[in-house]
Amino acid sequence: MSAFLYEIKEGLLISLRAIRANKIRSALTIFGIVIGITAVVLMSTAIKGIDNAFAKGVSSLGSDNLYIDKWEWFNNDTPWWELRNRKNLTLEDFEKYRELAKLPLAVAPTVWSNQTVKYKDRNVESIIVQGTNEEYINTTNLSFDEGRFFNDLESNGGRAVVVLGFQVANNLFPNGNALDQDVKIKGHKFKVVGVLSEQGSWVMGNFNPDNQVFTPIQNVFKYFQSEWFRSVTINVRARNSIMVEATKEEAISIMRRVRGLKYNEPDDFSINQQEGLLNTINQTVGVIQIAGLFITGLSLFVGAVGIMNIMFVSVKERTKEIGIRKAIGAKRRTILGQFITESAIICLFGGIVGLIMAVILSMVVNQFLPTSVQIDSVVLAIVISIATGVISGFAPAYTAAKLDPVEALRYE
Amino acid sequence: MNIINIEHIAKIYQVGSEEVHALRDVSLNIEKGEYVAIMGPSGSGKSTLMNILGCLDTPTKGLYNFTGVNVSQMNDNELANIRNKEIGFVFQTFNLLPRSDALHNVELPLIYAGVSSHDRKEKAKVALDHVGLNDRMHHKPNELSGGQRQRVAIARALVTQPSIILADEPTGNLDTKTGEDIMALFNDIYEQGNTIILVTHEEYIAEHAERIIRIRDGMIEKDEHVKERYIPKKNGFSKAD
Repeated sequence: MSAFLYEIKEGLLISLRAIRANKIRSALTIFGIVIGITAVVLMSTAIKGIDNAFAKGVSSLGSDNLYIDKWEWFNNDTPWWELRNRKNLTLEDFEKYRELAKLPLAVAPTVWSNQTVKYKDRNVESIIVQGTNEEYINTTNLSFDEGRFFNDLESNGGRAVVVLGFQVANNLFPNGNALDQDVKIKGHKFKVVGVLSEQGSWVMGNFNPDNQVFTPIQNVFKYFQSEWFRSVTINVRARNSIMVEATKEEAISIMRRVRGLKYNEPDDFSINQQEGLLNTINQTVGVIQIAGLFITGLSLFVGAVGIMNIMFVSVKERTKEIGIRKAIGAKRRTILGQFITESAIICLFGGIVGLIMAVILSMVVNQFLPTSVQIDSVVLAIVISIATGVISGFAPAYTAAKLDPVEALRYE
Repeated sequence: MNIINIEHIAKIYQVGSEEVHALRDVSLNIEKGEYVAIMGPSGSGKSTLMNILGCLDTPTKGLYNFTGVNVSQMNDNELANIRNKEIGFVFQTFNLLPRSDALHNVELPLIYAGVSSHDRKEKAKVALDHVGLNDRMHHKPNELSGGQRQRVAIARALVTQPSIILADEPTGNLDTKTGEDIMALFNDIYEQGNTIILVTHEEYIAEHAERIIRIRDGMIEKDEHVKERYIPKKNGFSKAD
């Protein structure tokens, strides 16, 4: 046992001496591993960043929310033509539901239309104009930079008022002061009563509230969209997460009544939840993860092949030394251990340098995608680099261990 | 007591489709405390015999008892263990590790023997002192003269207190004067009761031994005691060399 420990220590000393003796070669070899480890750490960090961004974006929807819709959002169990043949959900459906539902904290109808929003000579295109009622704000976690959401009077009266998402307000009013200004949508004037604070979840694209505009639902039907062509989505917020299931059950039974379904007819509406979105996102992120790690894994693999190559050279070069060591009593496992140690140390150096590079680069990435190198990535990088060293050092080390001492001593 | 007992060993190499008989039928005994020279021209099989005696190789046929243990069928690791504990090698080209200093070179067999760092250093220092190099402990081989390198190698061979010292042309790479110094050192070691096997092709070096075994064509041609052994004069290993 003690011999084994001394052998390990000797292995370490030999490795360090060998690495020092071939500085340029070692540096170049290490460089390959540095790139591999940097890529792997950076990629896993970036993936975590994307994951977080998605999760943040999804949670901005609210985890206690249900969306009663004609369409099923995420599941593809029901064929699309059946979904298409469902009757549209109407404002009347919503009113009846609101009257009967006891459990929800807040309910709001929504319908959207894609429009260009203008202020003087500035305009922003492809903005989702959400038509809804005053309760909408209570179905979300949105907060305000300035102003307020429209109230029930404005909503019921269909007044020409809008609430701007952060990015929309920023683009139209780079100097601020959006409040009480009139913006134009499809030629109609709307007064700005509020500006939302930034949500910052870039992954949601146009469905990010930052890029939306909110107005009483009647305006959408009046100016932008015929009621006959657009189905209303009913946003329902449960009182808390425990109540979500009960609220959902209640919604199903009320909606079946509202829609006049017989007991043997299937639902002609869907209750959607962010869970469905989460599943979809997780699948997407999963694909990105696998692809990303595969590609970065390749660069690590190239580095590992480099190590293996250089270790073969090193074994060849030190044939005589191996012969001497064997002659004076080094066993096979001693020689094997010595070269594996050397390869592992080279890779460990590479791993540490790669990690430092990754930390520096992640600070740059952080400008675009909020992320940072976590402790598990650090551990992962160290483990992977040592494992790479051991694996790619094994074949050369085995060759060395197998050398015949007589032959090796004769080698010049 | 026989340290080495060889009975009818042969070594056959397969070179392509041809069999090469490096050793045909060799039997010999070497007792503890003997000083034996093995002589023979190149191609005589003397190197093969030395490799087998040194447990670097095993015979194709025959029996080799080393310190009473049959080593002819041992595997690599068992042989490594025997070499480590029982055999001290001295080579013509010194075979020191170039990047290690003298002390570490001498320590090396003890590392493989599992001796603790402290004991290792102590023993290595004693061995280096023995060969008159205690002031060169931290010199690397390329900072030492040929004679000094060979003395480091001898210290390395002695440090484990092996049963035999196996020296293969130990003066082959040295000038006559330095060679004589080294032979004087071997004489010292012999007089302290060690068993030495010296492989050489030079008559005057062989005559330092008390017995000469001559090999030719893979057989022992002659095995005789030296009538008038050449005893080198002690020079106290002048540290200036």
